[in-house]
Amino acid sequence: MNTNANPVWTLVLTFGVMSLFAVGGANAAIPEMHRIAVEEVHHWMTDKQFADVYAISQLSPGPNVLIVTLIGYVVAGVAGALAATFAMCVPTAVFAYYVSRLLARKSRSRWPAIIQRALVPLSIGLMSASILVLAQTADRSLLAALFTGAVAAAAFATRLNPFWMFLAGGILGFTGVI
Amino acid sequence: MPPDQPSPAIPAEGVPAAATQPPPGVIALFFAFAKMSLAGFGGVLYWARRAIVEQHRWLSADEFNETYALCHFLPGPNIVNLSMVFGARLKGIAGGLAAFTGLLVPPMLIMTLLAALYARYGEIDALRRILAGVSCAAVGMLGATVLRMMMPLLKRREVAGVVMLLLVFLAIGVARLPLVPVLLAAIPVSIAVTFLLQRKVSA
Repeated sequence: MNTNANPVWTLVLTFGVMSLFAVGGANAAIPEMHRIAVEEVHHWMTDKQFADVYAISQLSPGPNVLIVTLIGYVVAGVAGALAATFAMCVPTAVFAYYVSRLLARKSRSRWPAIIQRALVPLSIGLMSASILVLAQTADRSLLAALFTGAVAAAAFATRLNPFWMFLAGGILGFTGVI
Repeated sequence: MPPDQPSPAIPAEGVPAAATQPPPGVIALFFAFAKMSLAGFGGVLYWARRAIVEQHRWLSADEFNETYALCHFLPGPNIVNLSMVFGARLKGIAGGLAAFTGLLVPPMLIMTLLAALYARYGEIDALRRILAGVSCAAVGMLGATVLRMMMPLLKRREVAGVVMLLLVFLAIGVARLPLVPVLLAAIPVSIAVTFLLQRKVSA
């Protein structure tokens, strides 16, 4: 990609394409965001920044996809934040609108069900990759990795409000345990 | 998607048959989605279901599930898709836009403000440490979500599904390949496998 290009257009192009391939939603696209923003393509941010941005997006209200607002801001300020958000959300919403109209008109075809079943394992595979990528950026010590595992187990086994997990993480981080 | 029960004689397209309440105005849609979007922890979906099905009674529980299932198999953020499809179902394109912007714009403005604060104060040591701890917890939360999603596949012993899952995980998570080519290869393969397996079952 041309590095001299206006970063706002780069954001629009990057997230516009990603939008249509985010099978399983924003959490499935985390590895691709990390690949583009941190690893190879643009070097927009560091690993630590990426982990922070993910944490902030989980702490704030609104859909998960708004992590792209934060990435956009880091790249190009307010214009970048708005551009990244709309680029990530508009193409897929337009696509969804047309598909829903198409399906509303047609009689019950079995293809939607087949496609849906075929995509489920792919989206879970993508999200599993997100866990790996995020754990590599966030868990910088054995204790931190153990804490992440404990949170996963507790959240899986109980219906505890996520707020308590975040609070525990914040306290352990502040006191320097993890 | 026609609902299962016979629909009353409402000729207008998109009006839910089992409806419950007259469709809201465009402004009401905007504010309803803004409210559920800002409702807080636990994911927007939880609040969306509560507001649409229980509070406003714009859709029955079955209609909501149908709409959500469609948005779940489409790419992109599910809840964003849902806002567009749901709003359009009730009030045409204007309704879709109202729900979409209501869901997205208010939290986006908050997020932009947070991004500015982070850019300014992100280097403060206490904040760095707190965020580091919170991000460890956030990864754990995602882990639990993915485990929950995985359970049905494992319980039904869907070998083909688990193999596809593992291949995607290795390609994206371990080999760090770009998303687009991986999915352009994986989607047709997965659809073909699912189709063939289904035929074998029904044959």
